[in-house]
Amino acid sequence: MKTMQELEQEIIDEFAIYDDWMDKYEYIIELGKDLPLIDASKKTEDRLIKGCQSRVWVDAEKQDGKMIFTADSDAIITKGIIGLLIRVLSHQSTEDVAKAELKFIKEIGLQEHLSPTRSNGLVSMIQQMKLAAIKQSVN
Amino acid sequence: MEKTAFDIEKIRAQFPTLHRLVNGKQLVYFDNGATSQKPQVVIDRLNDYYANENANIHRGVHTLSQEATSAYEEARNTIQQYIAAQHSHEIIFTKGTTDSINLVAFSFGELLEKGDEIIISAMEHHSNIVPWQMLCERKGCLLKFIPMSTKGELDLDIYASLLSTKTKLVAVTHVSNALGTVNDVDFIIKSAHNVGAMVLIDGAQSIQHMPVNVMDLDCDFYAFSGHKLFGPTGVGILYGKEAILSTMPPYQGGGDMIKEVTLEKTTYNSLPHKFEAGTPHIAGGIGLGTAFEFLNSLDMKAIEAHEKELLEYATERLKTIEGIKFYGEATEKVSVISFLIEGTHPYDVGTLLDKMGIAVRTGHHCTQPIMDFYKIPGTIRASFAFYNTKEEVDIMISGLNRAVGMLR
Repeated sequence: MKTMQELEQEIIDEFAIYDDWMDKYEYIIELGKDLPLIDASKKTEDRLIKGCQSRVWVDAEKQDGKMIFTADSDAIITKGIIGLLIRVLSHQSTEDVAKAELKFIKEIGLQEHLSPTRSNGLVSMIQQMKLAAIKQSVN
Repeated sequence: MEKTAFDIEKIRAQFPTLHRLVNGKQLVYFDNGATSQKPQVVIDRLNDYYANENANIHRGVHTLSQEATSAYEEARNTIQQYIAAQHSHEIIFTKGTTDSINLVAFSFGELLEKGDEIIISAMEHHSNIVPWQMLCERKGCLLKFIPMSTKGELDLDIYASLLSTKTKLVAVTHVSNALGTVNDVDFIIKSAHNVGAMVLIDGAQSIQHMPVNVMDLDCDFYAFSGHKLFGPTGVGILYGKEAILSTMPPYQGGGDMIKEVTLEKTTYNSLPHKFEAGTPHIAGGIGLGTAFEFLNSLDMKAIEAHEKELLEYATERLKTIEGIKFYGEATEKVSVISFLIEGTHPYDVGTLLDKMGIAVRTGHHCTQPIMDFYKIPGTIRASFAFYNTKEEVDIMISGLNRAVGMLR
């Protein structure tokens, strides 16, 4: 299994070929369209993070000492970014997830989606993923 | 300032923000419902205050304090004249519409008793809902709602049936921020007065679009924000009739609102100072006066006509987008258009438009009850000011087509 750092670098390299915002967003939108991220039965109120702009559902489990995340959003750009987050954070150890710094979002120029004015649920989602990992690490 | 003919290029030249690039593209600013851009005269006035006049007001014998005080009080007079209030002491400086409404809810609210009723509408901004819910909880009052139709118009027959001698206050928005609906406030005010109820009009979305005369309206309170009408942020106005304001207890205690203070007891200052505790946003108040002088230099009738033309043009152009659905189709509307496009989420559309330099608002617009009514998470909202143009509408239409092409 690749480390979080390796996975982040992989994404940064993938995005390096796009010098135009349009291509970059087309790629994120494709990611969002392609990924069935969460089981429909898990789209429940207790897994819902209500952003002002878009809604995000996130589910966290621990399997064999690794965190397994599934998530979804009603907005496709948010969903595409979620796909990237899950690629990096899922199947990692509870300790690694809990202290993840996630530099790739800034590196690929999507930092604005984590700004508080966006209120798209992504910031809360990352917090919840880390909290779930912290909870699991003490269990 | 002298009135000039409506010359869009001359007007745009006075707003520096309109000329900046966003993401490498010429900015198209269609989020005027959230806040308007500022003309150079307002920006200069703020600078000039801090560079040359800065002093605390109403409390110094020195020259700077006197100059600042008279500039602040002149601004009050300018605003009084603009909205045609009878007295300048009926103009209370606040932090904005939210603060103005809270002032009434807390101060006028003190005069209410258990069982008294307050009426609001189904299309209020959260800031004209929550203060009344808090008041009802505090005092045991009852909150009632005027429902709206799917077109986004209030049902005034039901409103009339809600009114009774128990009704103490009706608080309704003049113009809906999410839908653009212009409410029939004349009818609302007259009907409320017939049962002896007071009326607060939330003018946050109306005063920048139409002439407002509080004496003709005969409303008891009228609240608005400076930043939505080309003035600074952090300053707004509560207009209230003298007869009512003078019966209301102070809202906040502190400096400037007192006449005499002993450790045991305080007597309060006269209007408007009774409601202006502490050092206010002096630069903001003076800058707001300048914003009104700027509006005075324009022809409001010409502005209304220009905005109406923009609204009609944009609505027609938007209809060419497949799968578009409008929210708020009232007969009387200001230049605000809320819509959704089938197969797309407003967050995605707003994000892609921003990449093209086009600023619209997406989300629930602080009006969750309206979104619940239509069973939607939010809308895309384009809200125009007089400095917007048909060419900008065309840019938005191409931008929307491009975004939809990417998202579907």
